[in-house]
Amino acid sequence: MESLARIVRDLPLFAGLNEDFCELITGCVRNIRFAPGEYLFREGQPADEMYLLRAGRVALEVTAPGRGAVTFQTLGEGELVGLSWLVPPWRWTYDARALETVRAIGIDAACLRGKCEADPALGYEMMKRFMPVLVERLHATRLQMLDVYG
Amino acid sequence: MRAAALPPGQDPWAPIPARVLSRRAETPGTWTLEIAPSAPLAPWAPGQFNMLWLFGAGESAISHSGDPTVAHQGGPIRHTIRAVGAVTEGLVALRPGAVLGVRGPFGTGWPMDQAEGRDVVVIAGGLGLAPLRPAILHLIAHRARFGRVALLCGMRSPEAILFRRELERWSARLDLEVHVTLDHAGPPSQGPGWHGEVGVVTRLVPRLRLDPARTLAMVCGPEVMMRFAAQALIDGGLPSAAIWLSMERHMKCAVGLCGRCQFGPELICRDGPVFRHDRLAPFLALGEV
Repeated sequence: MESLARIVRDLPLFAGLNEDFCELITGCVRNIRFAPGEYLFREGQPADEMYLLRAGRVALEVTAPGRGAVTFQTLGEGELVGLSWLVPPWRWTYDARALETVRAIGIDAACLRGKCEADPALGYEMMKRFMPVLVERLHATRLQMLDVYG
Repeated sequence: MRAAALPPGQDPWAPIPARVLSRRAETPGTWTLEIAPSAPLAPWAPGQFNMLWLFGAGESAISHSGDPTVAHQGGPIRHTIRAVGAVTEGLVALRPGAVLGVRGPFGTGWPMDQAEGRDVVVIAGGLGLAPLRPAILHLIAHRARFGRVALLCGMRSPEAILFRRELERWSARLDLEVHVTLDHAGPPSQGPGWHGEVGVVTRLVPRLRLDPARTLAMVCGPEVMMRFAAQALIDGGLPSAAIWLSMERHMKCAVGLCGRCQFGPELICRDGPVFRHDRLAPFLALGEV
């Protein structure tokens, strides 16, 4: 647990988080590894675990009939894979596939949601940290949709 | 940054005949022409442009995309052109041996002198890589004069990757950090495969973990992309004055007289095309400038 606590403290997403909150989050995390080509999750599955990447790249994909899997974003070290666990119905809306060997911290979404419900201060702290990720992804998506190089 | 300096006696209005030496397809609709003027033009700096005259059709402002060290030794002049109108469609259709008119060089260049001793991040979007290519070649030719050098490239799709082979060569260098990302990777079943990054180029900026105090940025691409790239750099701590952009507007005279390329208080042809971001920032988000 001690090394997991250290890993959690070192994650950019949790930088500066107080010790009590770090301990609460550490109770919800595990180390996890994915082989190249392995899926972190698939569209339609329950969004019960999110991943903070420590090494390796992940492709976010949507499969369209007759077109195969289309990658719409890649994520790398330090980035968060999966935001659907934040909002009902807590279900993934795309696939996440490891492009290379991926080392990540998996965070049990139900566990973290439960702790946030029980401790609104933790919940607010988590919102302040996850909301900028959501907003940054929204901005990037807008720019991507503008198709500026056309 | 350096202002245009035509040699004494060179009339800035009179095009000099130049012969097309070679024509190479880069991406669909984009070609690189190598031309040899019949009389020497003034030395040019990375970031500057020439006016290319297609006889009977008109003129178009096209940035230098060649190697500045070769050009200064009397080598051919290189321009990379996307066919988007009557003049540029005619220019890219010229075959070796054909003659066009050229006048220049005009405008300001990238701040290569100011970049010395600093980390340099170059951010290119689409065809914006062409005006940056001479600056990148300068950085490589004088690599010891600069700190960390990173190149971020955003392109539309796998088939739209400009200077692909050169990007691959640069990526293989240990003294350059090269990251290419595509807005649309497309399914593997269609077109050339892509196994690299997908997403907008601005998302790559935070990953560089730049040292804001010693970094200078050069950015060229569509205006929207430059605006957001500059914002990502500023969010990373870079001062606006350390960010340089290359602007594009339809140009006529190229010497600051006709006003066709006015952008707020600036004339792109004379005061630019390369500007420090803090000079342009108030106008970049305006719809009509």
